[in-house]
Amino acid sequence: MSQNFRLENGGLINRDKKISFKFNGKTYYGYEGDTLASALIANGVHLIGRSFKYHRPRGFFGAGVDEPYAIVQLFRNGETEPNIKATEQELFEGLVATSVNCWPSVNFDIGAINNFLRIFLPAGFYYKTFMWPKSFWYRVYEPFIRKAAGLGVASIKHDKERYEHKYEYCDLLVTGSGPSGLASAYAAAKNGARVILAEDKARFGGSLLTSEVNIGNQSGKDWADGIIAELKGMKNVTVKNRSQVFGYYDHNMLVMSERLSDHLPKTKKFHPKQRLWYIRANEVLISSGSIERPIVFGNNDTPGVMLSSAAKEYLKVYGVLVGKNPLVFTNNDSGYETAIEFKKHGIDPIILDTRKDPHSEIIEEAKNLKIDIKFSHVVVAAQGYKKVKSADIAKISENKEELGKIENIKCDCICVSGFWTPTIHLASQSGNKTKFKEDIDAFVPGISKQNEKTIGAANGSFSLDETLKSSFEAGYELSKKITNKDNKISFPNVVEKKSTVHDKFWCVPLPKGKSYKRFLDFQNDVAVSDIEIALKEGYRSIEHVKRYTTLGMATDQGKTSNLNGLQLVSKIENKVVPAVGHTTFRPPYTPVSIGAIVGREVGKHSKPTRKSPMHSWHEKNNAVFVDAGVWLRPRYYKRGNENLFEASKREAKNVRENVGVCDVTTLGKIDIKGPDAAELLNRVYTNAWLKLPVGKARYGVMLREDGIVMDDGTTTRISENHYHMTTTTAQAANVLSHLEYYLQLVWPELNVNVVSTTEQWAGAAIAGPRSRDLLQKLFPQLDVSNEGLPFMGYMEADLFGVKAKIFRISFSGELAYEVNVESDNGNFMWEKIMEVGEQLKIQPYGTEALSTLRIEMGHVAGSELDGRTIPYDNSLEGLLSKKKDFIGKRSLSRKAFVADDRQKVVGVVPLDKKTSIPEGSHLVKDSNAPLPNPKLGYISASCWSVEHDNPFSLAILKDGKNMIGEKLFVMSPLKNKVIPVEIVSSHYVDPKGERVRS
Amino acid sequence: MLHIKCPHCGMRSQNEFSYGGDATVKRPALNKDVSDQDWNNFIYNRKSLRGKHWELWQHLSGCRQWIKVERDTATHEIFKTLKANEEIS
Repeated sequence: MSQNFRLENGGLINRDKKISFKFNGKTYYGYEGDTLASALIANGVHLIGRSFKYHRPRGFFGAGVDEPYAIVQLFRNGETEPNIKATEQELFEGLVATSVNCWPSVNFDIGAINNFLRIFLPAGFYYKTFMWPKSFWYRVYEPFIRKAAGLGVASIKHDKERYEHKYEYCDLLVTGSGPSGLASAYAAAKNGARVILAEDKARFGGSLLTSEVNIGNQSGKDWADGIIAELKGMKNVTVKNRSQVFGYYDHNMLVMSERLSDHLPKTKKFHPKQRLWYIRANEVLISSGSIERPIVFGNNDTPGVMLSSAAKEYLKVYGVLVGKNPLVFTNNDSGYETAIEFKKHGIDPIILDTRKDPHSEIIEEAKNLKIDIKFSHVVVAAQGYKKVKSADIAKISENKEELGKIENIKCDCICVSGFWTPTIHLASQSGNKTKFKEDIDAFVPGISKQNEKTIGAANGSFSLDETLKSSFEAGYELSKKITNKDNKISFPNVVEKKSTVHDKFWCVPLPKGKSYKRFLDFQNDVAVSDIEIALKEGYRSIEHVKRYTTLGMATDQGKTSNLNGLQLVSKIENKVVPAVGHTTFRPPYTPVSIGAIVGREVGKHSKPTRKSPMHSWHEKNNAVFVDAGVWLRPRYYKRGNENLFEASKREAKNVRENVGVCDVTTLGKIDIKGPDAAELLNRVYTNAWLKLPVGKARYGVMLREDGIVMDDGTTTRISENHYHMTTTTAQAANVLSHLEYYLQLVWPELNVNVVSTTEQWAGAAIAGPRSRDLLQKLFPQLDVSNEGLPFMGYMEADLFGVKAKIFRISFSGELAYEVNVESDNGNFMWEKIMEVGEQLKIQPYGTEALSTLRIEMGHVAGSELDGRTIPYDNSLEGLLSKKKDFIGKRSLSRKAFVADDRQKVVGVVPLDKKTSIPEGSHLVKDSNAPLPNPKLGYISASCWSVEHDNPFSLAILKDGKNMIGEKLFVMSPLKNKVIPVEIVSSHYVDPKGERVRS
Repeated sequence: MLHIKCPHCGMRSQNEFSYGGDATVKRPALNKDVSDQDWNNFIYNRKSLRGKHWELWQHLSGCRQWIKVERDTATHEIFKTLKANEEIS
């Protein structure tokens, strides 16, 4: 197809570069510099989609961020993305887009039947209708509504694109590169301030690209180009296009999304698609401009009805005619600028002006150009279904309530201007208390809460001269405050045509006997009648009216509909608009892709990965890893076709029979030094620490102040005032913060220093009856006998030339030692252990075997110390000192904590000695009791006991101490299992603890 | 995101800190008899104030110092920050 609506020349597009693209399966051509919207309009395509509720045909309404209609599904480089505004999407070679919300096609849409049923679909229809019968909601209504609704389809594929986050600081952030943004950024930059200037479009200049003005003897556009070129060359300035500042958060933190690659057929290698900027600005100048307001009239959603400023932008920026027989419907002088632009290109427009007899330079120019102007005239209704074919127009009385005789005139588009609405979203998000400005019928920013100021059209100033002056001044004053410099630049001469006041007219009355739909919200199909119903039904607060009718709740956030909605409510309620108030503006100002918000934190990058120094050895030896917090730990070492169960059983068995080695580097380690170190330990642990001799380790439990167990571990006295504390892997960071809290805030008088040394030491636990033999081979010079290195003993020694620490501690319940070396020597130590241990039948074991060993020993760990249990529950009450106070002690006397039938850890064995018990299952007395079956306890950890060769679990059971020998049932509705079990002691292996001392 | 002035490091973003609750709560001294009521108040009962509030933050990803911050819970305005050993005035 040819570009029938493209002018011969003009516009800012590159006519040397033709671009082909596809829309709804058809191939079209446009030029470099087009948007998808401008290229489609150039090809005469005005039917782009179907409306949300009634499936009425939808065309283009705007030319940018305010667009309510032209939302498409985009296909780019093998990916698809919904919710793309055709007015923002720049054209690239091979672009493919399709309509949304229509089936089977945009031309013939079955859902359009809603349009004929519309009297049955008033405001609140869904709330009223789908209430009954209740069971129908999930089965019938909801799936149907889900299928019918929606503006596109999200991709279910993994997004291969890269998104980045960037943190930036500046003296001044300027949001928008129209006249006010350019002037203020320039003035501030020249005065030495660090400035970021953000523009959401591809082209800088804002309204200067389309207005007929002269600044400093240049056209507005040339002046803008000059300023941008100069700003780009300055070191203290960052200039960004395709960048939308969409959120204003606390303490002058603003977030901006930069679309680096969306306008390209494919993202360049190693480049991000989008970048999210977190900008902390000392000062913010909001220069976001204004958006034209529609006038409400019958069928005002017909394709071909659009904002007059958009028609002008398509003409001046893209060289595209939105129609060849245009009607301009205006209540102010802006419509004239559009009409004059048409006339200059040989098109004869008709202007309908609601005003009776306005006079201004612009109107004079239109008259001189012999443009047909009808004063006191309105469009009553647009005619045409898929495109405007004609308009019913009429004269309107001075009180704007009576319509004269209706006349039908031919036209192919209706360009509407109902004056301008300042874009106050960012200011409002910052906490600014907005105020209503009578002379422009709109809200403008009022009292600032943060360091922000709004300038130009966003502040309700529509004169260029005034805007530039105040913006230069604002940029200069703010920069002076920050830089203490005083370089003031001279102010350019401005020539612009003077305009006159607008008519406060926004809605054409319905002619007698007609029931045209008059839309307020074009994206959510909210019409005047819907608001009327809501108010009739008693909704008063504008926030409630919004939610009941969905006015302003679509993806365009009501950029073109909010004020007319307020006008209507205020008229019906007989209140002034400021008394009705506006709904809250919330970020984001425009839709932001989830990818940009997530950034690089995707998949395995969603958290850091910590690896032990022995990681590469584990990898080489077929370790299967498991996430332990942010650590990667070997879960088991696979041999042949072994599965997890078989491998962990083999590894655990080998520990019980021979010797095994486990990487325990991930355990938290905290170095504690100072004369009061023992006193600190005595206060944070429940047991006594003052008499621990040098060279000895002790097991300790620490509580939170509320008596709940926080963590456990062993701490070793290295020398007089030096201790080495270990924590569980999971709680390492919390324990350090906990110690710091008490040392800094509660007991600052204690002379102690704490520091994390987790990453400084590599640890290997060697466990099993032959571990002493292994230790002797590793340290032939040492006396490692039971007397030389007794249980809970500590030694420093030389490991083949490497400094090592040996702790005789055990988690597996076997005779065991833990050897620590500096991290760099971790791999060396590990390889030595494996080499020396070979003849002792050593095998490495992973976390699964480690769990098995501790569970059958009845050693509590994370699954019992889960933030809900007290020492008694874990059978740790023997570690509670009666002689001293400690953190959390006072809480342990709470009534529930000392109840007779208090829960306690027990062992659980299935009666058949075969069925594995799922973790998390409940323990009940009677498996056939009616639901809800009273729960007596829960399974906290399960394993296959290698010692007894049958399943064994730990459970936290009510009145656990009196339940040993009882027969209960384990129930897991999730796994549909009922298992008869016997309650036994939690110490299923070596109940007297003889092995660790052997 | 809040911008908090660490008394040791200067202005830093909130994501370097972790929140630590009401800074005016005093832990009862060790080895002292405390009534159930007083202990419950210390452990559980906090005022959910609207307005100025002294609270604890730890500069976790910075100097690791616990600091005291006077913040308005409604507006997020921060009025003053103190080191751990400085008394709230």
